[in-house]
Amino acid sequence: MADAPREAWITGIGIVSCLGEGADAHWQGLAERRIKVDAETFAPYLVHPLAPLDLDKQIPKKGDQRQMEPWQRIGTYAAGLALADAGVKGNAELLAHMDMIVAAGGGERDVAVDAAILTNKPKAANPEAFLNERLMSDLRPTLFLAQLSNLLAGNISIVHGVTGSSRTFMGEEAAGVDAVRIALARITAGQSELALVGGSHNGEREDLLLLYDAGGHMLRGDFRPVWERAKGMVLGSLGAFLVLEARGHAEARNAKPLARLSGVLSERSDRSAGAIPAALTRMWQRLVPPPVPAGIAVISGATGAQPASGEERAWLKTLPDVPVRATGSILGHGFEPQFAMNIALAALALGREKLFPAVDSSGVEREYEGPLERVAVTAVGHWRGEGIALIEAVT
Amino acid sequence: MASGKNGQPVVVVTGRGIITSLGASKADNWAKLTAGESGIHRITRFASEGLKTTIAGSVDFVPVEPFCSTELGERMATMVAEEAIEEARIGSKGDFPGPLFLAVAPVEIEWPHRDVLAAGSGANDAVGYDDLLRASASGRFHAIHERCLFASVAEHLAERFGTKGSPISVSTACASGASAIQLGVEAIRRGEAEAALCIGTDGSVNAECLIRFSLLSALSTANDPPQAAAKPFSKNRDGFVMAEGAAALVLESYDSAVARGAKILGVLAGCGEMADSFHRTRSSPDGKAIIGCIRNAITDAGLAPDDIDYINPHGTGTPENDKMEYLGVSSVFGERAKSIPISSNKSMIGHTLSAAGTVETVFTLLTLEHQRLPPTINYKVPDPAIPLDVVPNVARDAKVRHALSNSFGFGGQNVSLVMSREPA
Repeated sequence: MADAPREAWITGIGIVSCLGEGADAHWQGLAERRIKVDAETFAPYLVHPLAPLDLDKQIPKKGDQRQMEPWQRIGTYAAGLALADAGVKGNAELLAHMDMIVAAGGGERDVAVDAAILTNKPKAANPEAFLNERLMSDLRPTLFLAQLSNLLAGNISIVHGVTGSSRTFMGEEAAGVDAVRIALARITAGQSELALVGGSHNGEREDLLLLYDAGGHMLRGDFRPVWERAKGMVLGSLGAFLVLEARGHAEARNAKPLARLSGVLSERSDRSAGAIPAALTRMWQRLVPPPVPAGIAVISGATGAQPASGEERAWLKTLPDVPVRATGSILGHGFEPQFAMNIALAALALGREKLFPAVDSSGVEREYEGPLERVAVTAVGHWRGEGIALIEAVT
Repeated sequence: MASGKNGQPVVVVTGRGIITSLGASKADNWAKLTAGESGIHRITRFASEGLKTTIAGSVDFVPVEPFCSTELGERMATMVAEEAIEEARIGSKGDFPGPLFLAVAPVEIEWPHRDVLAAGSGANDAVGYDDLLRASASGRFHAIHERCLFASVAEHLAERFGTKGSPISVSTACASGASAIQLGVEAIRRGEAEAALCIGTDGSVNAECLIRFSLLSALSTANDPPQAAAKPFSKNRDGFVMAEGAAALVLESYDSAVARGAKILGVLAGCGEMADSFHRTRSSPDGKAIIGCIRNAITDAGLAPDDIDYINPHGTGTPENDKMEYLGVSSVFGERAKSIPISSNKSMIGHTLSAAGTVETVFTLLTLEHQRLPPTINYKVPDPAIPLDVVPNVARDAKVRHALSNSFGFGGQNVSLVMSREPA
């Protein structure tokens, strides 16, 4: 085998959500426990709507903006923020060897076209021919490019010039975990020096509500923070990207670390009763060997879906001294980018040497004013996939 | 020979499985491919009224009723994985000793699902998403949730074959199959795994998917006769032919393969990639990313361009792809480009999209094994702007030690793989 594992730093974050854009807006929103929920647009469903973005700031060409659907704009915007934060934006030499792993779902459907077809197809003499005719004439030719999973990465290459490599992982929450895991593994093994990793999610979509509520996973009715729900997710619109960098690479260009990404593990439990806590325990013990150190917190990606979040909650009880925060209560659930978002928020908290306040009256989260030296970010997918990342302060 | 460049494990192939429109299994596919047979036919799966393209290389002999592209993709992936694991004789049933890397078409709710939800909504006249949501919230459509999650195909395969860890589903559009292999190679080189199961699968021939490509003017409209439509590198090429298929590889570290006495079927010697920032569907006119991608793969293999004896091109038969691929190949190989055989499997099996990189890797490995070059069929009108030896129309024997396989995709995706017959 090659040399000893190398250290990986987080040298930039780019985040957008209902709280706004960037580190300060998020820190302030979390500090104020600012819960912004739209209960009307998709009633009876709730959504945490994206704060308005001035797209021109990160996607200067209107032509590029027009070629994208919202999920791609959110991601391309967040990627630009991350590159700027790391001080590599516009640096053609660095971007040409920057590796990219994007976690992505698919793009928006044209719901008006769908509805017109569903309404009229059953009445058509030849329903299949009718479908062909309507799709041929009503679909925008470029809509496909706004729907393809890998075209968020494609747009980031075009708009920001990231061209070292480009890979897109699909698969909801697990894709978000594995994107960060593989980006980190490549850096520590010397296969990569500089990487952009993250994703985006537009939660303000009826076609996604359709998918997730077919599984019975959506919260309806009154809003409750994640741990206070019997069950149910609230979608959020999120964009989150991290710039990961080999320590030596960062030092050579005088880049400062926001935090160290010390490890990322993922598992695929079979979701039998108790499988989630067992998987989380295995990963935790590898990343945080006992005894549990002081100054550690958990930032959880709990979704509100069951039994996933209930089992995570049961596991958290085995760590009674570790403060917990589920960011989904404020940001909503964003699937693919949730893990990168929570790693970014962990880096923010470590930089400010304190944890943000609790949003929970169920007893899972408690206020914590103590020192903060490391954060474990958990992900338990609403259907499958478990992961934990360990983020530590660079001292 | 425990290690290659930088002391990393050498990655070899010990199992292969394949399905295309030509048939299931390596033997069937190789016989037909080297006989110059086409798997392209008229579409019968759905009505073709109103479509400009009415042909495809669909895999109709794997029945899925009602049709669902993701379901077909999963079934084909299962079949090719079984063939590959059987050849590799690795692990035990349901216990594959390594991770899964899957190239799969983006998963989505398809029209049959939407029709079922619309019917279930009880809406009398106009049907909108409100009605669909009312139906989906009824709890009667759980199966649609699971089937239409992006993670579902990989999850089901991981469960069935007992692969280790979190399975990864990758999309780099039409380069996905090559990316899945690259991820497997990298995991073994990192020492994370001794073996990896890499699968590419695509069952996308449905009306909407075909129309999407049609609206981008990417497809051949030379419907008659179907077998003659795919014309890579010909002057009269007019687009690719959509197709389905799947392929699987068992990758293994050389040491692991030798230790358990496995037959080594080829070496995955090098991987290269480079993203293009020029345009969503077109390559940079200077060919920079394609050239860089090919060079990266050859360098990664520890070889020089002069070592490459055969090229399995992306070779879709679109005017743009073949022109740009020629630019890339001629830039990397110089004068030798004219004499290196380069033959497009897609002339016979069409473009298997997300699966193409894996399918064509299996064909390239078979080329190395049999020392025989499959042809580019339908090569009747050479393009003087693309002076290449495309192995026109008829297969032939050749000495091939090292081969290059290219895969390019929308979104500026470029991946090249270098395979060798024997460990260096």
